[in-house]
Amino acid sequence: MTDATLPPETSAQPAKASRQPKSLYALDDLTRKRNAAEKRFQAYGIAAIAIGLFFLVVLAYAIISQGIPAFSRTVVEVEFTLTQEQYDAAEGTLFKTKAYEEIFINALSGQLTESGIETPVEPDAIERIVGKPGGTIRAFFRENEDQLGQAVRFDLAASSRVDGYMSGRITRDSMTDSRFLMSSDLDVVDNLVEAGVIKTVFNWPFITGADAGVDNAAAAGIGASVIGSFFMMLVVLFLSLPIGVAASIYLEEFAPQNRFTDLIEVNISNLAAVPSIVFGILGLAVFIQFMHLPQSAPLVGGLVLTLMTLPTIIISTRASLKAVPPSIRDAALGVGASKMQATFHHVLPLAMPGILTGTIIGLAQALGETAPLLLIGMVGFVARGYPDGFIAGFTEPNSAMPAQIYTWAARSDLAFTEKAWGGIIVLLIFLLSMNIIAIILRRRFERRW
Amino acid sequence: MNEMPSIEQAKDMTESKISANKVQVFYGENHAIKDVDIEIQPRSVTSFIGPSGCGKSTFLRTINRMNDTIDICRVEGSIKIDNEDIYDPKVDPVQLRAKVGMVFQKPNPFPKSIYDNIAYGPRIHGLARNKAELDDIVSSSLQKAGLWEEVKNRLDEPGTGMSGGQQQRLCIARAIAVSPEVILMDEPCSALDPIATAKVEELIDELRENYTIVIVTHSMQQAARVSQRTAFFHLGVLVEEGLTEDIFTNPKDKRTQDYITGRFG
Repeated sequence: MTDATLPPETSAQPAKASRQPKSLYALDDLTRKRNAAEKRFQAYGIAAIAIGLFFLVVLAYAIISQGIPAFSRTVVEVEFTLTQEQYDAAEGTLFKTKAYEEIFINALSGQLTESGIETPVEPDAIERIVGKPGGTIRAFFRENEDQLGQAVRFDLAASSRVDGYMSGRITRDSMTDSRFLMSSDLDVVDNLVEAGVIKTVFNWPFITGADAGVDNAAAAGIGASVIGSFFMMLVVLFLSLPIGVAASIYLEEFAPQNRFTDLIEVNISNLAAVPSIVFGILGLAVFIQFMHLPQSAPLVGGLVLTLMTLPTIIISTRASLKAVPPSIRDAALGVGASKMQATFHHVLPLAMPGILTGTIIGLAQALGETAPLLLIGMVGFVARGYPDGFIAGFTEPNSAMPAQIYTWAARSDLAFTEKAWGGIIVLLIFLLSMNIIAIILRRRFERRW
Repeated sequence: MNEMPSIEQAKDMTESKISANKVQVFYGENHAIKDVDIEIQPRSVTSFIGPSGCGKSTFLRTINRMNDTIDICRVEGSIKIDNEDIYDPKVDPVQLRAKVGMVFQKPNPFPKSIYDNIAYGPRIHGLARNKAELDDIVSSSLQKAGLWEEVKNRLDEPGTGMSGGQQQRLCIARAIAVSPEVILMDEPCSALDPIATAKVEELIDELRENYTIVIVTHSMQQAARVSQRTAFFHLGVLVEEGLTEDIFTNPKDKRTQDYITGRFG
């Protein structure tokens, strides 16, 4: 019809001529090439998926195999009775915890002879195996004086080296004698295991507990950081979702199309690509140095992560608003709904599944973010306890899961590396449960329509 | 259908429902509608015909100000409904659209139950004081749209699950539910099969008793079947307007004749 359509016709002419005499059963060169190209492309796709799956499996294997030991712990289980006289005598001495330790060792060797296992019980070896249990025992009886004279069972945490020996991290071949553990101690440990004194149990304190100092890997737990992350996610969710959705609705449905809104749009897209550490330093400058909000607090962490999450939520919300067919808006306006009624009664509910998807992606990103937390003091901080109460959860210093994992990974004791892997498992479980909640919510919204 | 209009027309000629005067519509720089003057009679069907892109849908959408939703669209001139200029700054388009309902080219029921589709308009306009009144509005609207017998037992099923023709009649029922005075229809049958089309046309004919209907259509047979008056648009200009019989049997303009005889468009 026009000049533009002419060239392809002329170029198609010779190909057509060469194809004409052939039978449909015989594939011509062009078709064969096309089929080969298609097969090749499919092979690339399958290869890409296979590579992806391979790395996923490697990752899952690495995480699980390295992290699982963190969920078990080695305890030294000793049962003994402390009489009132022993208690008074021990309290009367100068080195009180030393006195308790003696009582403990006596009880332990008593228990061993009872079960018929002969092993030398030297105070030094015991100290290397269970640390200094005197303090724990004394603290228990000072708190519960009514337990005096009764049989009490103690589950004392074994030292991190013994824990490592039990979980296979340390072997007789790999270890060297040090003031922490002698190879002779391992014989004692083996005997204690046989006597049922040393046991491996599920490590609840790891899940519920707080971080411990660098010298006490066995007692370190991730619970407090889980709470910290939880409060941060609350802040992020309740700030970024309403702000993000309101901003997108305004931009998508109400704002006039002009240079100013174009500029805003470009900036939002750019913000989504800004490195998170930039948000961290912004948070440090604005929230801590200027507004004097408390350092290391989940509130500040949440605010910083909100800034980071907003662009993600805005972009995905706008995309899902755009995907709602315009005929729905027409229909609502056609029966005399105002623009706001049309948006809130019809467009927003239809966009809701998409908005939820965007929100959960944003939250997942925020949950795993470590860099901005570095700058507002949530990394390297030892989360030693739980916040007292709901408000304190926002304002009291705490750590977050990724920050805690980073802190552990940076410590020299290998027992902490194991904790870091275990922490990653907890983080992934937290993330997974967040996603499951989002999927359930999305299902519910979809079913309503 | 075509014998009646002449009598009715003579009676109603005195006062028109909608009167457009020198209407211009611009999309940015593009002058889409030029100098359209038209009088639309109450309680009658007026059809707009013309080739694609001639501006008939654009002009239809100026009557209930649906063009307001397009940023770059600008309307000049005056359109009066019952002698009130609908482009007067005092006029709220939302209130206007309750008076001038619209049915679209593609059936677009809300993804809700049949009941909620009809009840939505009355709810937001506060037309019913209680559930019983709302039920009445829903059933009477569905009856007027000839859909009641088909759906009365499944009012809580989604409106999107019905057949295309039923969906379009549902949309008509939804428009009726807010008791408009004028109903605008933008190619209401273009997505429907001949049987569904026949049903919708029958419905339009019945609705003529109570409503002023303006319909845009690509089918000249449809225009001839349902409308009393026909307007022919070409390139944004209203070429000719008159009784449907006259337009189809005795067009005054060469372009109208060419179009209805199928020489272009």
